[in-house]
Amino acid sequence: MSHTDTSDALYICDIPAERPWSRVLKCGQTLRIIDSEGQQAVDALLYCAEDPSERYSSQDTLRVQGSAYIELGTRLISNKGRAMARITADTCGRHDTSAGCCSCESNAVRFGEATKFQHACRENFILELSKHGLTKRDIVSNLNFFMNVPIDPSGNFTVVDGISAPGNYVDVTADMDVLFVISNCPQVNNPCNGFNPTPIRVVIRDAPGL
Amino acid sequence: MSQTQQQIEANRRRYEELRAAGQELTPKGLPEPTALDGPPISPNAVIHQEQVPAGWYATMRLRRGEALRIVDDSGHSSVSLIGWRDEDTSERINCADTVKVQWSAAITKGRIILSDMGRVFLSLIEDTSGAHDLLVGGSTPASTLAAFGTTTRNTQENFLAAASKLGLDVRDISPCVTFFAPVSLDEAGRFRWQEGRKRPGDFVDLRAEMNLIIAVSNCPHPLDPARPAVSGPVTLIKHRAAMAAEDDPCRTASPEAARAFAFTDRLFA
Repeated sequence: MSHTDTSDALYICDIPAERPWSRVLKCGQTLRIIDSEGQQAVDALLYCAEDPSERYSSQDTLRVQGSAYIELGTRLISNKGRAMARITADTCGRHDTSAGCCSCESNAVRFGEATKFQHACRENFILELSKHGLTKRDIVSNLNFFMNVPIDPSGNFTVVDGISAPGNYVDVTADMDVLFVISNCPQVNNPCNGFNPTPIRVVIRDAPGL
Repeated sequence: MSQTQQQIEANRRRYEELRAAGQELTPKGLPEPTALDGPPISPNAVIHQEQVPAGWYATMRLRRGEALRIVDDSGHSSVSLIGWRDEDTSERINCADTVKVQWSAAITKGRIILSDMGRVFLSLIEDTSGAHDLLVGGSTPASTLAAFGTTTRNTQENFLAAASKLGLDVRDISPCVTFFAPVSLDEAGRFRWQEGRKRPGDFVDLRAEMNLIIAVSNCPHPLDPARPAVSGPVTLIKHRAAMAAEDDPCRTASPEAARAFAFTDRLFA
């Protein structure tokens, strides 16, 4: 199967620039996230479908892994210490989970009050989570696929130009039934989206793809 | 909406200017670390003092302008902290915004801890240590089992108990800051524990910039190689501090900090 062959796909969706998306992944299913045009950050949160008080935890994930970036083989750990999913393919090689999502409020602090009324990932998360009975209170530090945030030994922490090329993808295989929530990042004030947000594609398969 | 080339270039220029200020100018202007025998707290400024034994936790309300001194009495403890705004607990500490807004995962004297609403939660007005962790978080049942072969008291369960006593629950528990936890990264991005960065008597003074509730957990950091855990008690001293003046070093550290303080001040205008 080539990475562009979708004959075995259960589900395909193009998520427009700046928009949210969510769906339940069954245990064993694989979500492929494709950076269709390149340099597009994809913010993501995972919740246990059966009990959403169990959710993705960035700090548990990094502690278990012992290193700071999300990459092939990373197990995504919940706040109860269980593996929710694994990264089973990755043609990009660099993903973040320490920088959180953009919000109107943090944009105003970072880039000036004039940026407060720009669409942001947290707005997307709030709207998408509301479909599942969840609220802002349920938003924790998220995954940022295709977002390049090197942390140097002195602690310098910088969102730099994304390294994902058009068509790069990452596969996430579920180890339990998970509610997978995405915000296709609308940020225009830093390089995470090349300053110009673009669409992404998601594909769900019944088993890990190649 | 699709961005014009002109907008893209203007936004990139602003980003580069902010980055240069945030990673070059601002760190040079930060105050020196506090000396171990640094400013004593005047006895009549002390509101409350207690010791938290190793493995245990405490909760505390701080009004705006009050401060908490946390002292690592033995030099072998780490203290994890989460917290909420008193009047609306949906607003809470946000580690990701704290590192992103300040362009650094290393918080030291002169830095701030932000809430998720673009406001200043706590300011580090004194800090002898400068070695604190915002990335790895606290210990859990699984981390103590892996480290010690048996599940010991841990930060995850302490936070659950603390939150419950405040009428909150697991949904209110965010990623935490851990003080006196010298975690750094090597070039490959692997976490390293920096031996020799912990001293008996290390302390931080955290000034509340809004009315808040905090939970602290005195459990060994999961990367602390001490086996078995040798952590001791920590002392908490709640005291009255001076409010952040116009020239307060935390407020003036960067344009981002100045904006966060201005947004916080509006809550009390």
